[in-house]
Amino acid sequence: MATTSDQFAAAPVNREPMLPTPYRIQRVKQETDDTFTLELVPADSAEGSSFAPGQFNMLYVYGVGEVPISISSDPSDAPLIQHTTRVVGTVTKAMRLVKRGDMLGIRGPFGTHWPVEGVVGHDVVIVAGGIGLAPLRPALYRLMAQREKYRKIVLLYGTRTPEDILYRHELEHWRGKFDLEIQVTVDRAACTWRGNVGVVTTMIPRAPFDPSNTAAFICGPEVMMRFTAMELQKRGVATERTYLSMERNMKCGVGLCGHCQYGPVFTCKDGPVFSYDQIVALLGRAEV
Amino acid sequence: MTIETLEPIIQATPFFQGLEERYIQLITGCAKNVRFAEGQVVFREGDAADQFYLIRSGLVSVQFMIPHRGLTTILTASEGEILGWSWLFPPYRWHFDARAPQPTHALAFDGKCLRGKCEEDHDLGYEIFKRFMQVVTERLESTRLQLLDLYGNNK
Amino acid sequence: MSAEPMSVGQYFIIESQHLEQLLAALRHRGYEVIGPTVCEGAIVYQPLTSIRDLPEGWADQQQAGRYRLRRRSDGALFGYVVGPHSWKKVLYRPLRRLWRAERNTKGFRIVPEDIGGTRYALLGVRACELHAIAIQDQVFLHGKYVDQDYKVQREGLFLVAINCTEPGGNCFCASMNTGPKATTGFDLALTELLREGRHCFLVEVGTERGAEILALVPHGDASDADKEAAAQAVADAAVHMGRSLDTQGIKDLLYRNYESPQWDTVAARCLSCANCTMVCPTCFCAKVEDTTDLAGGNAERWRRWDSCFTEDFSYIHGGSVRATTKSRYRQWLTHKLASWIDQFGRSGCVGCGRCITWCPVGIDITAEVRALRENDASSPASDSSRSPHDNRNA
Repeated sequence: MATTSDQFAAAPVNREPMLPTPYRIQRVKQETDDTFTLELVPADSAEGSSFAPGQFNMLYVYGVGEVPISISSDPSDAPLIQHTTRVVGTVTKAMRLVKRGDMLGIRGPFGTHWPVEGVVGHDVVIVAGGIGLAPLRPALYRLMAQREKYRKIVLLYGTRTPEDILYRHELEHWRGKFDLEIQVTVDRAACTWRGNVGVVTTMIPRAPFDPSNTAAFICGPEVMMRFTAMELQKRGVATERTYLSMERNMKCGVGLCGHCQYGPVFTCKDGPVFSYDQIVALLGRAEV
Repeated sequence: MTIETLEPIIQATPFFQGLEERYIQLITGCAKNVRFAEGQVVFREGDAADQFYLIRSGLVSVQFMIPHRGLTTILTASEGEILGWSWLFPPYRWHFDARAPQPTHALAFDGKCLRGKCEEDHDLGYEIFKRFMQVVTERLESTRLQLLDLYGNNK
Repeated sequence: MSAEPMSVGQYFIIESQHLEQLLAALRHRGYEVIGPTVCEGAIVYQPLTSIRDLPEGWADQQQAGRYRLRRRSDGALFGYVVGPHSWKKVLYRPLRRLWRAERNTKGFRIVPEDIGGTRYALLGVRACELHAIAIQDQVFLHGKYVDQDYKVQREGLFLVAINCTEPGGNCFCASMNTGPKATTGFDLALTELLREGRHCFLVEVGTERGAEILALVPHGDASDADKEAAAQAVADAAVHMGRSLDTQGIKDLLYRNYESPQWDTVAARCLSCANCTMVCPTCFCAKVEDTTDLAGGNAERWRRWDSCFTEDFSYIHGGSVRATTKSRYRQWLTHKLASWIDQFGRSGCVGCGRCITWCPVGIDITAEVRALRENDASSPASDSSRSPHDNRNA
């Protein structure tokens, strides 16, 4: 079983984790109606760092506050990073108003990562729900950078409506260029949509992978992840090779403030990427 | 294509797995190939529902015409999936529209005929209903997830 | 005064009138001494200027949801147990600025706060509190990320422990193996001896640093009778604890009783006031606050104590994960007595009883655990082993 922290050798741990590093906004892109991506590079002489797919940063907007957001860019572009997010509160609202050249504070990268190295030789099924595609995109880049090391790679992506499809051009590009099966579905659509309509779990029974030799990476709303894991299990995918990315309230990002606890695990340092087995007893429980 | 060549296809379909040989033959007797061109209507709301479909390739969109919103797709059925259970219960009429957004190839089953046979042979009826119950529960569960609007903004 | 060099593990006697010299020696060495004092009807930890600041002749009476001071018939300096303060307020300060940010033409500049500073000597640390400090050491020093401020404060800390001879009404350190005897983690450990007109302290040397300080204080050899008297008093305390908690299999007990009706029962009483977390010596949850001045030229980030009992502690995506008091009480108790073991290798509770004393409605965690055991869903095929998806055909 691949552990979620194996072969991770990115950010130096001895850098003071509570101090933000200044980064500069290089680009702001509106992805959909309510989702946008910030592209950042270390400011001036600040030192950036590499990251592993699935990790997150704490992003600080001067005078407003800080939020945890997964990194959504290609790890090989580091120290350049991208963060894709929606406006969900005060800080993200302020973030939506930043412009090229503005400065943000970045702490991180923190957390465990998708075990891309650990699942070499397997089929890889990636199931993304809504904005859950963002933390999975770095994993897709890593998989495609070493395409020959994996067998089948399948991306199942479900979102609300066709207008909410993220990274549309990239998906088309990947579909064409790489040996990657991409199936997209939406919860509802106008009749102009010629593709699948229905929840993403309905695509699992017939997706082209061999369950006996498959690893799965799942990211999206918690309910979607639970049902997805269940469908995969029904099809025979090993639970110890099924990985989810969890989300909880975070304040410090380094396991010292207690907020992100999920049962006995800290989402910020024991996660956010967990193997299904690690958290199965907690998943169905209310208010844990 | 003759009816004889449809039997192995039906036999190999997961939906009909486990059925006795004589039932497979019976069902094959109720089946025929159909094709829909891109954009073609498969059935309309209110039409007599005397058939159900097993999609063999392509896609069929289940749609509602909603005033002010237009034609909205709430579900699609793709390869290997079953479409249609309105033939099972009165008034035997479709509750929604269906169109093929892509060229689609399917098997159409004569629901009226199969209904009669199920009334005569309750064992067959049980097998058919058991399988359709599965489809209905799966659709219901999916619909519930769609209803939750999980990707929405939690307002 | 003993002329031989002192070593760790040796015992000596300090007469009560010489205790003032201990304070003087510590101050001379640059420590600010913090110890128990009477303030507003409670015994709290504050800076000491002299031995006269100690609660001489005071005792405390503690029951569930009740705390009163009463006068003793003797002049004991340490004749009480623990009050609402714990030593975490020294090492892990309730409010601390982490950094300032100054706006400039290029954006902003982060100015980190200095760490460390004053060196503290803690006088009168109970055995349970030594364990609480060790537990917080594990959180802040031995994880993947180290709290540098805690580290510096901790390295400079001088600990004078006091062995309890009169356990409190809510104490259960014996159940948690955290007392009443101070066994490790101190520089000096005192046991107060008051009998036959004599008032003195048996001192155990815990570290070289402790020996160095003791060398500056008038002291004599400890007789066997003294050592025995002290040992007896502490051993007596161990069997007169106010409460007890059965820790047998407690982690699994709590993990398999997430759905126990007992949580609803306690939730009906719990006010979610967070007192228990404030007084608990091991609770470490904190929040981070970003502030700015009106003109926006300066922004600051502060760390402040927080509590898992607050309603928005677990807020995410428009709502709290733990929206009910029941879920929050369950979180606190399960974390303290069970998850903590998975996280840090030992229980998070040291049996000091503060949460019982300071709960306005007198919730007693020893009673809660007892109730959970009585209502235990204890068969092997119980909740925790069942898949959460078993009942999904609703």
